Amino acid sequence: MNQHLITVTVENKPGVLARIASMFARRDFNIHSLAVGPTEDPERSRVTMVVDGPEMEQIVKQLYKLIHTIKVTEHLPGEAVEREIMLVRVNADPKRRSEILDAANIFDATAVDVGASTIAFEVVGEPSRLSDFLEFMKTYGIVSLVKSGRIALAKDAKSQSRKHKQTA
Amino acid sequence: MYPENTMAEQLNGAAILIRSLEHENVEMIFGVPGGAILQAYDELYSSPIRHILARHEQGGGHMASGYAHATGRVGVTFATSGPGATNLITPLADAYMDSIPVVAITAQVRSTSIGLDAFQETHTWGISMPVTKHNYLITDIDEIPSTIREAFHVASTGRPGPVLVDITKDALADAMPWRGPAEIDLPGYKPSVKGHSRQVKVAIDAILQSARPVLYAGGGVIRAEASDELRQFAEQHELPVVTTLMARGAIPDSHPLTLGMSGMHGNYTATTAIQQSDLLITVGARFDDRVTGDPKFFAPHAKVIHVDVDPAEIGKIRQVEIPIVGDARAVLDQLIEESATRLQEGGATDRSEWSATVAGWQRDFPLACTQDPEGLIQQQYVIDEISKRTDDATIAVAGVGQHQMWASQFWNFEKPNTWINSGGLGTMGYAVPAAVGAQAGMPDTTVIAIDGDGCFQMTFQELITAAEENIPVKIVVLNNANLGMVRQWQKLFYDDRYSATELSYTNPNIPMLAEAMGCAGFRAETPADVIPTIEKGLAVTDRPVVMEFVCDPDAMVFPMVVAGGSNDEVLMGPEDLK
Repeated sequence: MNQHLITVTVENKPGVLARIASMFARRDFNIHSLAVGPTEDPERSRVTMVVDGPEMEQIVKQLYKLIHTIKVTEHLPGEAVEREIMLVRVNADPKRRSEILDAANIFDATAVDVGASTIAFEVVGEPSRLSDFLEFMKTYGIVSLVKSGRIALAKDAKSQSRKHKQTA
Repeated sequence: MYPENTMAEQLNGAAILIRSLEHENVEMIFGVPGGAILQAYDELYSSPIRHILARHEQGGGHMASGYAHATGRVGVTFATSGPGATNLITPLADAYMDSIPVVAITAQVRSTSIGLDAFQETHTWGISMPVTKHNYLITDIDEIPSTIREAFHVASTGRPGPVLVDITKDALADAMPWRGPAEIDLPGYKPSVKGHSRQVKVAIDAILQSARPVLYAGGGVIRAEASDELRQFAEQHELPVVTTLMARGAIPDSHPLTLGMSGMHGNYTATTAIQQSDLLITVGARFDDRVTGDPKFFAPHAKVIHVDVDPAEIGKIRQVEIPIVGDARAVLDQLIEESATRLQEGGATDRSEWSATVAGWQRDFPLACTQDPEGLIQQQYVIDEISKRTDDATIAVAGVGQHQMWASQFWNFEKPNTWINSGGLGTMGYAVPAAVGAQAGMPDTTVIAIDGDGCFQMTFQELITAAEENIPVKIVVLNNANLGMVRQWQKLFYDDRYSATELSYTNPNIPMLAEAMGCAGFRAETPADVIPTIEKGLAVTDRPVVMEFVCDPDAMVFPMVVAGGSNDEVLMGPEDLK
């Protein structure tokens, strides 16, 4: 199923997240990941969502129908800077510890907790980097894993990377 | 007006609520009091706003909806916390499905008790969210004036709908100065009114080129008060007009372009004209499954123009070639204006063949009923005879089921807002309270509910309210001693296994029940009794009337398109079902 990245700017009112979640449930839409936080304007919050679906038109329209929704933006691939944080604990037998730490270094992963037989890493970056790291660490064994929802910021319209992506 | 001044009166939240409602020109409230909302009722006691005491909150909610349907104003209902609020959920869901402007005020336990499972506490805001256009929880008196303004604004503009305002008991009891009504601040809510002018031009292009157009009008035309514009536009292009259930009355039944209602129980011509059309000009309708049958087979040759105030309706069910977002009346005005210019230039497609085809269907497949003078009373006959004896302004109200479909088929509608029923949600028990609300709002108009015995037994207690409040509504009970529509499906699709659909002709004794509630009660048992009973019932104007007709349990609603079937297969009678 296709995933789409959207940001929804909403009025910073109590319950606004419940409204979005309730609408998604009622309309049988699916949220893959979700991150909510304040914006530059204290009256506004921004919700970044990765949603499943072949088709976005109804999702966007239904979001707009919520009285507290101010703006909905869908980011096509490459149109936004995307970040996610992951904390992941992997099996790390003392004999293989240095090997694991070397590998983590390649991914800019930071060891945040080291135990007798496991190491927890923090990885920040584009979602693809997180999944690459995870794929790599599977060889050692993933003990537990937690991810933040994805956040995104639209690229400056004049930025090089956007031009590049659009023509690509 | 209450201009702001330094000596502003100190009022409690309840007084501020009532004053805010007065500023919205609320003339009546339908409701039931209770513990949490006591303070508001105390203030209502000395307000000029009329309060109509329903016998159940569901009744109060449907009364508000019937009032809104009939008057075009916002209907207002009050209920207390907990069960009062939960009893309102059905009327809210009903008003939401049919886009009826209703404001529900519910009281909530003290803000300090929320979440502690206090007596009569329920999470009203959460429960009502999916069945309201918008809702609020007020925990601070300061929010009352602005919230009430917003609630009425949201309920009545754009695509109308119900708005619930839940107010805590302490917010109603606290005091603050009254500073007059507040400003509306809704940065995310700006409904479109006018349509895109380029789309209007493209729509007219398509209409001029169309050989087999149909104008498909929905409840949005009624809500936007666009009946005159609809008729004018239809006449400009000689467009045959099909209406949805909600739009009966949007164009007079006597108008030569009117085809009537299409869909599951629509007439053959209306349903078939859509199926055969090459252009469907949709105004304020939403391609409901009762209209389309299986959407895959719906109007398969038609290009679609869709005018709707709610952008989310466009493309939801049916792909649309020419979308126009806007208020039905505003867009119809634009279409009329554009048409006037373009029609002068000529170039309209000759449609005499289409007109002749449609006229042929009308001739060959009329809606008809026959009453055997020796047989059981036929429900359609009763409806037809009542319709003939009432004027065009008379408001017909229906519950849900066979009686509703027959009313939509056999009542003659000449004016908008004269047909009130539960279309989208299909709420049994809607008719009695909705009729009471409509009659309360339109005291000089005859209001007649066409009800079934099943529906009637769900909400008849609101006739006590009607009698007490001098609301002389007329209720027709087509008593077939069955849950008729369910029985019809059992007969057609479940091998005559009548599981749990049988009621009784005699229990309750409906005329006696009517008399016991302070109404006049009549019963017709044979075809010969029908007209005298109608005449007796219509003659009573000093109290509510219940006219019971002992009807045929085997009468069925036809034409019919099987649920989820293709609209190409219109069954004219049970013999057509293979």
